[in-house]
Amino acid sequence: MPDLLLELFSEEIPSRMQSGAARELERLVVGALSDRGLLFEGVRSFAGPRRLTLAVSGLPARQPDVSEERKGPRVGAPEKAIEGFLRSTGVTPDQCIKQPDAKGEFYVAVIRRAGRATEELLAEVLPETLEQLIWPKSMRWNSGSARWVRPLHSILCTCDGEVVPFEFAGVTSSNRTRGHRFLSAGEIEVRRFEDYEEKLATASVVLDPMQRRESILHESKQKAFALGLRVIEDEALLDEVVGLVEWPVALIGRIDHEFMDLPPEVLQTSMRLHQKFFALGEAEGGPICSRFLVVANIAAEDGGREIVAGNERVLRARLSDAKFFWDQDRRHRLDTRVPELRKIVFHARAGTMLDRVHRLQSVAIVLSRILDFDMEKAGRAALLSKADLLSGMVGEFPELQGTMGRYYALHDGEHDAVANAVGDHYRPLGPSDRVPAEPVAIVVALADKIDTLVMLWRAGEKPTGSKDPFALRRAGLGIIRIVLENRLRLPLSTVLCSTLIAARADGDQAPEARMSDCPDSPGLLGDAASDLLGKARAEAAGLLQDGDREVVSGVLGFLADRLKVALRGEGVRHDLIDAVFSLGNEDDLLRLVARVKALDLFLASAAGANLLVAYRRAVNILRIEEKRDGCSYEGEPDPDLLEHTEERRLFAVLAGARELIQAELAYERFTEAMTAMSRLREPVDAFFDKVTVNAPDAGVRKNRLLLLSRLRSVLQTTADFSRIEG
Amino acid sequence: MPGARTFQDLIFTLQSYWAAQGCVILQPYDVEMGAGTFHPATALRALGPRPWRAAYVQPSRRPKDGRYGENPNRLQHYYQFQVILKPAPAQVQDIYLDSIRAIGLDPLRHDIRFVEDDWESPTLGAWGLGWEVWCDGMEITQFTYFQQVGGFDCDPVSAELTYGLERLAMYVQGVEFVYDLAYNDRFRYGEVFHQSEREFSAYDFERADTSILSRHFADAEKECNSLVDAGLALPAYDQCIKASHCFNLLDARGVISVTERAGYIARVRALAKACCEAWLSSPQGAYAPRHG
Repeated sequence: MPDLLLELFSEEIPSRMQSGAARELERLVVGALSDRGLLFEGVRSFAGPRRLTLAVSGLPARQPDVSEERKGPRVGAPEKAIEGFLRSTGVTPDQCIKQPDAKGEFYVAVIRRAGRATEELLAEVLPETLEQLIWPKSMRWNSGSARWVRPLHSILCTCDGEVVPFEFAGVTSSNRTRGHRFLSAGEIEVRRFEDYEEKLATASVVLDPMQRRESILHESKQKAFALGLRVIEDEALLDEVVGLVEWPVALIGRIDHEFMDLPPEVLQTSMRLHQKFFALGEAEGGPICSRFLVVANIAAEDGGREIVAGNERVLRARLSDAKFFWDQDRRHRLDTRVPELRKIVFHARAGTMLDRVHRLQSVAIVLSRILDFDMEKAGRAALLSKADLLSGMVGEFPELQGTMGRYYALHDGEHDAVANAVGDHYRPLGPSDRVPAEPVAIVVALADKIDTLVMLWRAGEKPTGSKDPFALRRAGLGIIRIVLENRLRLPLSTVLCSTLIAARADGDQAPEARMSDCPDSPGLLGDAASDLLGKARAEAAGLLQDGDREVVSGVLGFLADRLKVALRGEGVRHDLIDAVFSLGNEDDLLRLVARVKALDLFLASAAGANLLVAYRRAVNILRIEEKRDGCSYEGEPDPDLLEHTEERRLFAVLAGARELIQAELAYERFTEAMTAMSRLREPVDAFFDKVTVNAPDAGVRKNRLLLLSRLRSVLQTTADFSRIEG
Repeated sequence: MPGARTFQDLIFTLQSYWAAQGCVILQPYDVEMGAGTFHPATALRALGPRPWRAAYVQPSRRPKDGRYGENPNRLQHYYQFQVILKPAPAQVQDIYLDSIRAIGLDPLRHDIRFVEDDWESPTLGAWGLGWEVWCDGMEITQFTYFQQVGGFDCDPVSAELTYGLERLAMYVQGVEFVYDLAYNDRFRYGEVFHQSEREFSAYDFERADTSILSRHFADAEKECNSLVDAGLALPAYDQCIKASHCFNLLDARGVISVTERAGYIARVRALAKACCEAWLSSPQGAYAPRHG
């Protein structure tokens, strides 16, 4: 059975694009083969700095034959019609059969198509398929209209050992390729995958990225171990390095002692970002030590001595820069940098960074007031939170924002809790990042994300489809995780409103306008916090201006959507979140989740399932009758018009139920609220069993409809049942 | 080490290497610019159908990078060695690697790599794909296949190579402080440039008169547009580079806000685009040569 080997050999492919391109090549070729009935046994794809390779094994020698029947004119139809039919189908009269149907006999042409030879088909299919491979970024290079990630130099393509001839991007396929750029010379001729992989290895190219990965891991561990050290794991860096080398050689270099008092994050970031070095540590979880590991793409003649020396020298220059920033930055106290934040624009419609910091202060203090945390420290941490953006180090390494702020705050003698909050307030940075757990850090991290969400929402930057340039989804998920993982009770509408109130003072430089500039007296700070909190509560309760109301409801809805995503992993149903959230009276995430979970349990019980059916039945009847009568049935049923025992019982049970359910909800006894609901089951079932709603007497009928409407509204107390699916 | 023992040897080596490749060896352009790419021999010649090969040293002025002569490797004035090959030869990577060997860097003893680095110049409305070339972890060359300049497609595509000369020389000479470089056998780099780094840093950050600069910017912009209208692509383009340099100085003085910054860049880009358009309808820009 023939095998296909395809290699696209080009100038250096960006590391980050390699594995995606290999997968895409595999997907496209597999699709093209399957479309043509070429089923195969196995397929593998590989990517490296200079080549994309695909190996398909166990192809058939030919496509399967197919035959197709096509119906033609009636027997005895005019000669011309029959001739035309024969011409269009390409068959002779004796290849036609006659088939009877209701109106007589028809010609049916049986067209047999012999399957084509696989090789011939490949030569036709592959260039078309390669045209479809889209790179994240591609270029032209004087080869007509063709695009590839970088200039394409050769195409190796064999089937069953023989060249599959075709042309793509001005390159004609052959059975030749090249090895390592420096460690091999001339071309390599190959027939099939086995000798391809072997000859490449001889020419100093490890084809399989997994194998390169393993070899880097193995060799670096060994070299580190020999020095009593271990490699600090960095998956993303490893992935990148795997795509930068065809012949990995791990080498160890030294970091000058004078740089070892730099923060470890600075050392590591500088090494990984600029140099793609791995940091080494002394023991598990221990500090980073004065060695680094670099993966070269060559086994050098001198064993890598010059390479190590060169890399050490480059690192020294990089770290001198970092050390310069570290020394310079610590000469300025963070708090003296704050006014300079006025020069950085946060967003054209959301003020400067200084405005943002002032809002963060207000909101962090209000949050602390609600949660009974330390307001003064929260305000201080919020004030300092963005000051490191003005430091030289963060200018050089933006990803160290927060981290550097923490170091500088500690250096300034700020309280540990304040410094840690500055350091952690951007967290969580992703689904796997840790969530701040110290009170001051919690409120500043929350304030940061709430401010981002509210202000950018207000500025019209809500995410659409796959576009979320300001990472609002991440901010939303961050809020949810901080609240749920720390079990915080927060009225979110009030908090959102406090951001909007704080935003009204944007651009206002007058100190008295700012709560955050209150004298240091904790009492006054408390008063100001209470004042803002009061205003925010009032606005949340409905005194909002139109635009602001939209922002608050928009952000709350967005958070509810994010909550669905966040809880999907726990198996919480999204429709139940909708059902509870859409009542519009729940802005406390923790309570929302508790209600949803209670509802979930309830619906899983027999009583719950039954009541859901009853609810739907009641709603259906009401909908039909209300439409027919052109009115809506709301109001108190008249006890005197109740005829049957079942009616009277349902009336009596409903009368008590609503108050009971509301009381249980008010005390947050959600399970009990559900129990109260489940007591409705039996009377409801009996009602539907025994009572005909559409009674002949108009008064009685209306009364029964009112009773159903009552049932609907009682059930709606806990959730909007109409949103429950299934 | 052959060829590149001193700073000027490095220049000579590169010049003779690229001269042998058929490049016109030009001298630096006499207008201040931020990078060798701005030289009309690159920015304009990259457009249009005519083949072109040139190599030259270009002083690059980066007012913001001034460090008063105190930083080991940052300078507000440094030299780039710029090569433009149009159309890009199919074996341009190999040709380039031979230039590295000519300098004295042996790829069998060093770790030479092509690491993704796409190039974009918002002020020129230009972009291309390519790499930074690493030698033992240090960037020694920017390697770009031009795709667009002034918003116009480059056809044919040029290859542009930019060597950062000081950095490369520091590597070759094993020097850690730029001013310690041997410029030739008698003079150090610091003797040639240290005072000017100090003085120009003071000019760039403290003394440059921002109202004069703003005026210069506006004047250059006006002059550029009227020269474009007169169909004089090259003089117009000089004014465009001047405007760009005024903007860089204003930026270094810290008087340009973030929003204004985007506005200035857009204005320079509009000039560059107009110049490129004028170039494309000039004899050297519009037509392929009659022979070959």
